[in-house]
Amino acid sequence: MVRIQSTLANRGKGVSGAPKRKKQKDSKILWFMAAPAITLYSFLYLYPALSNLLYATQRWDGVTKPEFVGLKNFIHLLTDDDLFIKILGNNIRFTILVVILQTGFALLFGTFLLKNSKINIFLRTVYFFPTILSSVSVGLIWTFLYDPNYGFINATLKAIGLDRFALNWLGDSKYSLYAVAVTQIWFHTGQMVVIYVAGLQQIPAELYEAAQVDGATRWQQFKNVTWPMALPTTAVVVAYTTIQTFRAFDLIYAMTQGGPLNSSDLLVTSVYNTAFVGYKFGYAAAQTVFLVLLVMLVTWLQRRALRTNDGVKR
Amino acid sequence: MIYKIFKNTMLTIFAAAVIVPSSIVVLGSFKSDVEIYTKPLALPQHWNLNNFRTLIATGNVWVPFKNSVFVSVFSVLLTIIMASLVAYAIARSITVTGKVLFALFSLGLAIPGQVNIIPIFTLFTKLHLNNSLYGLILVNIALTLPISVFIISAFFKDLPKELFEVASIDGANHWRVYRSIAMPLARPAIGATSIFLFVICWNDLLYPLMLINELDKKTLPLTLIDFRGEFATSYSMLFTAIMFASIPMVLMYVFAQRSFIAGLTAGAVKG
Repeated sequence: MVRIQSTLANRGKGVSGAPKRKKQKDSKILWFMAAPAITLYSFLYLYPALSNLLYATQRWDGVTKPEFVGLKNFIHLLTDDDLFIKILGNNIRFTILVVILQTGFALLFGTFLLKNSKINIFLRTVYFFPTILSSVSVGLIWTFLYDPNYGFINATLKAIGLDRFALNWLGDSKYSLYAVAVTQIWFHTGQMVVIYVAGLQQIPAELYEAAQVDGATRWQQFKNVTWPMALPTTAVVVAYTTIQTFRAFDLIYAMTQGGPLNSSDLLVTSVYNTAFVGYKFGYAAAQTVFLVLLVMLVTWLQRRALRTNDGVKR
Repeated sequence: MIYKIFKNTMLTIFAAAVIVPSSIVVLGSFKSDVEIYTKPLALPQHWNLNNFRTLIATGNVWVPFKNSVFVSVFSVLLTIIMASLVAYAIARSITVTGKVLFALFSLGLAIPGQVNIIPIFTLFTKLHLNNSLYGLILVNIALTLPISVFIISAFFKDLPKELFEVASIDGANHWRVYRSIAMPLARPAIGATSIFLFVICWNDLLYPLMLINELDKKTLPLTLIDFRGEFATSYSMLFTAIMFASIPMVLMYVFAQRSFIAGLTAGAVKG
């Protein structure tokens, strides 16, 4: 406390020569300015997040009195719930697929559309367009495209004689998860392209010039200049996409509602169904706690992987 | 040469992947179902607004439209005011205040908003805030405060400190500096953040789905979901409804493209 006050006084003198008392009063006004946000945020974000931990230790149907069960929800979740394990597997497959393909496409298109020429800016605008639509709209549009009888995809396949590839995309438990993943990639690649363009434009042109002087091929330039220099951007894109895929709810709910046979069920849809269809509030809360821990673990691992790489390459 | 062919092919395919479905929806909103099934990409035989008329007459879409506008506008407005005040406090603090505030709101970035659905549901049921548009606004503000504080305070941090200090020496108090210096300077960041928040609020499904079940309180995404059941086989009506729900966003995108892209990417990078 003493140290804080003395630095405070010093700073006060250094900056404007204002006396110590005035600065302290100012500090109070700052708290006052932040008060509305702090109040709302505490009541409707932090307090719910904490009470969620409590719910996770209860057996509760949302109506009768909750019963304390300790860690039983978690134990049941991980050892005795085949459906949850299946859904967890779905979500991990969904995440891996979307992260790899979406990041790959975004990096590819980002390098293609790097220069600010008219056509490139136009294409970036087109690619970005799906991002502004709602997940529900996107889900419904793709429900039509995937429609087994009338849908655009199957009609096109049949028209070019590929009838045997005209599948029941959303209605077959073998394909539904991947069909939704394709939609998710369509939905958000444009946003990631723009992030990559911003990141790649920071790379000094001299590096490419030097590589060209050395006779590097396009692939070598990409491998030795673009990729290592773009790693920080890649880290951002990968982290954001990962979180997006673990939060996915709207798109699934609009397209398949998790079906058929839970083949496209993800964690958040499972939480929703457990709580509001199955009325197991405590059990659903335990799933959300698990979700938070999983997201934290995954993003931490990714950050580590991409950072060490970054350090070595530089 | 091969590189160029590859590049142009890939760019064309993805552009088509975006343009074709969008055109199907736009054109489809002027077509009959049969026309959509048989010639999804052809121009409509008759350009008329019959589908829109039917939608408005039978679909009851004005109420959800108004609800969505009300909820989104007030959520964004209040979030921006509260978040910019916090961001200002963080930027101007010379003690630990700023660090404490920043850490407090950073916590919210680590916890995805979706995990709060159960406690929010029970809390709102107790407070009778379910089936209330005000309740929805409160949830939206709470959910988007952390990211908004993050984006706006990053912008304030980049401003030269002298701007604030000169005003303080001239005797302006914090309220005045906030109103007449910080906020005007932050206009681009505020604009981009507002658009980012507007898109989130306008498109959100999870919280309205959980909290709202009265017909006259529904927002557009909820109504669209209902349509899927109602018009299960009528894609012409579905497409018309999608057009109706997307027009505000599309218009904003056309006229404020740059802020739009800036806002939505800032949200990603900073988040």
